[in-house]
Amino acid sequence: MSGWRPGYVVPTIFRYLWPVMEFRFFHHFGSYLLMLKGMFSRPENMRMFWREFMRQCVDIGIGSFGIVFIISLFMGGVTTLQIAYQLVSPLIPKSTIAQVVRDTIILEFAPTLTCIVLAGVVGSKIASELGNMRVSEQIDAQEIMGINTKGYLIMPKIMAALIMIPCLICIAGFLGIWGGEKAGELGGILSSDQYWQGLRQEFRAYNIFFALFKSFVFAFIIASVPSYYGYNVEGGALEIGKASTSAVVVSCVLILFMDYLLAALLL
Amino acid sequence: MIELVNIKKGFGDKIILPDVSAVMETGKVNLIIGTSGSGKTVMMKCMVGLMPVDAGKVLYDGKDFTNMQEHEKKEIRQQIGMLFQGSALFDSMTVEQNVMFPLDMFGKGTLREKKTRVMECLERVNLKEAAKKYPAEISGGMKKRVGIARAIVLNPKYLFCDEPNSGLDPQTSLLIDKLIKELTLEYNITTVINTHDMNTVMESGDHIVYMYQGRKQWEGSNKDIVFSKDEKLNDFIFASEFLRDAKEMRQMEMFQDQNWRNQIKKD
Repeated sequence: MSGWRPGYVVPTIFRYLWPVMEFRFFHHFGSYLLMLKGMFSRPENMRMFWREFMRQCVDIGIGSFGIVFIISLFMGGVTTLQIAYQLVSPLIPKSTIAQVVRDTIILEFAPTLTCIVLAGVVGSKIASELGNMRVSEQIDAQEIMGINTKGYLIMPKIMAALIMIPCLICIAGFLGIWGGEKAGELGGILSSDQYWQGLRQEFRAYNIFFALFKSFVFAFIIASVPSYYGYNVEGGALEIGKASTSAVVVSCVLILFMDYLLAALLL
Repeated sequence: MIELVNIKKGFGDKIILPDVSAVMETGKVNLIIGTSGSGKTVMMKCMVGLMPVDAGKVLYDGKDFTNMQEHEKKEIRQQIGMLFQGSALFDSMTVEQNVMFPLDMFGKGTLREKKTRVMECLERVNLKEAAKKYPAEISGGMKKRVGIARAIVLNPKYLFCDEPNSGLDPQTSLLIDKLIKELTLEYNITTVINTHDMNTVMESGDHIVYMYQGRKQWEGSNKDIVFSKDEKLNDFIFASEFLRDAKEMRQMEMFQDQNWRNQIKKD
């Protein structure tokens, strides 16, 4: 290993890999934008579009409610316990725990954590559904009938996500705060009255706006990125699995990146 | 009538169709035959517009499909019915809903009229009893017949079938071939079938195009094909020992028959 010089090898590898990475990034980004552009056309049949949209609303909204319910409750409960564990000073009133729980849940946990989970649940479903339709030629069958498949298959998913995911995040916020209250009571940390007093302290409505704004951005990512991966699958069952995994990974990374960017810009 | 004028298609450096011209006649079953990888499927996908051609034209009754605006293409596409190799039925819909789908999307009339039309088509393919079943609950042959019913429900002018007999037993294959032939004559459709099934060739090949390495090697009807002198075509048709023996026996019979007739004439 006399020739092994990390200072030389690493930049060399990067120099050769970068053009490929750059090309792939711009290729995917360009195709993604073209897909979004292709969605905007007048639906062939408004009634069918509406039916598909409602089906997606049920799939995304009702279908994910169970997992959102469980996550939110435990998220609130654990947050209360951990904040109580850290706020040991007798000078800090107990109601502060509720105040911190409220802001943590509204600003971060309800939108981001819920959306990360939804990226897995909804994202993989969208990617595998579209991927399966592509592989089994169902999308080709619709194209031949003269249907704009991007408009008929992808647009309702994105619209449904933009409506249902913010609703789910609102529910997650309420459930999280409620879970926090119950965990506080059950653990003997603070009473219900103290918790409610804390919830009302220094409440800022802007936080709700911020959470909702984030939820719209994340909802768009959760529906559009897996749609792109699923719609462009080539091959068979193995490729559907790969597309599904890539869709979830890319969606999660984008959610975290946008979370940081929005916090930096809006807070 | 569908005309292909100097079609060229390639993927990267690989040229699949170097220069193909052919005419698919109205009211006839037009077959595209050839070994796997000879460019049949690419040619069919170019014809229906699922793949853009690199050069050349596809004319539907004299109208240039390749250079049409998207809304004009949609009009032509609504006159196309296609049966896919894997049937491409929509998994989430029943047989009845699958056949109803093109009618719902583009058909005019009341729900009752649409249902009547769907039942007519299902009766035509002998599947009325399976109307309420899902694609997963029916056999491969039944799926193909549902695919045919869906393809003809809008009274298409052009019917494309991609390997309609693949994965079917000989009896069901024959049934599908007969059905396609009957429908072609009944509705005076331009039918194009992509196959390498010799039964289909002999049963329903009114007009046959034999593809070899992306080029049109031979053209004729099922009456001419057995007597063709084209070596590559003969290698394809008489691929098995059994068929070669059968051909020799048939030629011998014809020779003996001719001798016998000549003998009678002399006597």
